[in-house]
Amino acid sequence: MDKRKIEENIFKGLMIASTVMILSSLALIIGTVIMKGLPAMSMSMITQTPKGGYYLGKEGGVLNAIVGSLYVAGGGTLLSLLISLPMVLFLNVYVKRTSLLAVFTRFSLDVLWGVPSIVYGAFGFSIMLYLGLRASVLGGIIALSLLMLPIMSRAMDEVIRMVPQELFDASYALGATKLETAVKVIVRQTLPGILTAVLIAFGRGIGDAASVIFTTGFTDHIPTSLFQPAATLPLAIFFQLGTPFPEVQERAYASALILTVIILAVSVASRILTKRFTRNIVK
Amino acid sequence: MEFKTHISVRNLSVFYGTQQALKNITVDIPDKKITVIIGPSGCGKTTLLKSFNRLIDSQDGMKVTGQVFVDGENIFDPQVEVTHIRKKMGLLSQRPYPLPMSIYDNVAYGLRIHGTKAKKELDRRVEHYLKEASLWDEVNDRLHTPASRLSVGQQQRLCLARGLAVEPEIILGDEPTSALDPKSSRRIEQRFLELKEEYTTVIVTHILRQAKRLADYVIFLYLGELIEHGLAREVFENPQKELTKEYIRGTIS
Repeated sequence: MDKRKIEENIFKGLMIASTVMILSSLALIIGTVIMKGLPAMSMSMITQTPKGGYYLGKEGGVLNAIVGSLYVAGGGTLLSLLISLPMVLFLNVYVKRTSLLAVFTRFSLDVLWGVPSIVYGAFGFSIMLYLGLRASVLGGIIALSLLMLPIMSRAMDEVIRMVPQELFDASYALGATKLETAVKVIVRQTLPGILTAVLIAFGRGIGDAASVIFTTGFTDHIPTSLFQPAATLPLAIFFQLGTPFPEVQERAYASALILTVIILAVSVASRILTKRFTRNIVK
Repeated sequence: MEFKTHISVRNLSVFYGTQQALKNITVDIPDKKITVIIGPSGCGKTTLLKSFNRLIDSQDGMKVTGQVFVDGENIFDPQVEVTHIRKKMGLLSQRPYPLPMSIYDNVAYGLRIHGTKAKKELDRRVEHYLKEASLWDEVNDRLHTPASRLSVGQQQRLCLARGLAVEPEIILGDEPTSALDPKSSRRIEQRFLELKEEYTTVIVTHILRQAKRLADYVIFLYLGELIEHGLAREVFENPQKELTKEYIRGTIS
């Protein structure tokens, strides 16, 4: 066998090994969560809040954390969408590509992307103190939206930047304003990408523990207003794993399973929705 | 030679950064005739065309000096509303770019943004302009399917219908047949010849035979400079400048 062929085979082997490694670690994680969580899974896990002594192994479930997580992550996603989309449209439609503002904004977002989530938690906490808020759903929404903003907007930005200038021009040439072009043409063209960006951010947000520790708090009750504290699934997992009781630890895995299923369900639902919107896209 | 002027270009220079794409162009484009801009690639043909509807605005680092008058109005005057200029002109680009919506909505898009809302009126006009672009017979049973499913030739005619629907006075074509097969190209050319009674048409092409088939008036650019312009017959049969002769003979391209 000649040298080039050997080289080819070695590197191909390495690439296959990397791919297998990624697939098997995914399988391993999901496998562990299912194996350890499924035995503790029950209807009461998802329909009940913790009863007295739940953390000692008595009855109840994590409905408080499920609802809390959905509120906080859902609210955070909505809030950061409301900020990301206008900003990304501004960067791509109104500002010239090489302008200092655009370059600096993208750089800032990349830096923000790398900021650890505990820092967002601490920052959100100081904002809350300033506003006179206690640990609450609202506090969590603010902290999570800060965490999600760079993720969501950079993901959207990448998609919108791929739109060919000619498509903008096609709309401009008809006498459309920049706003009309942005809303009626560009958003439509990139809707699948926008949905994916929202989804990635939601996934990151709902699974994040550090940013909600101080800002959302923890409680056994389901919050009935934005100003009440709420439980979240990552923290529920943390607390249950931290108990010395094996049956409670198992419930932590069951909670992890619930979290995984929520992310999976949102993922699949958005894919199906995306399908319905992609039919008009110009390739 | 007698003709009414529709677009007058006066001392127009366009810069991209430090590079000068057009050098001090002065020329008149006749009303309701087909004017063809020819010249080797990179000579500024497209820049000249896109300066008419100010699509060059979106280029980075673009700077313009001089004037372009359309109906006596300088389109580079800061007071001028750019959407108002663009509404006067329909554009066909090198490759058709249908908007990400249905065939019907592509044509209705321009109508809607310029204020036509009534369903009946929209229906009537969409049908009218699809017929104008000789596309109606092929798509009337699937108006609400995505425009992206049409063939490239059909898409280009859809873009023509979409452009005509905003009732422009001028049609701009930037090598409008370069992505099309010969048969689709011929159909588009045929439409241009039929439409010139009603519209001032300006087409950029690098295909000399196409220029000869279509042109009433010719503008020859070379490296950003206007070398020669005049009635098509005169320029093609009896070019005055050496560069024009060489280009028409095919020795430079």
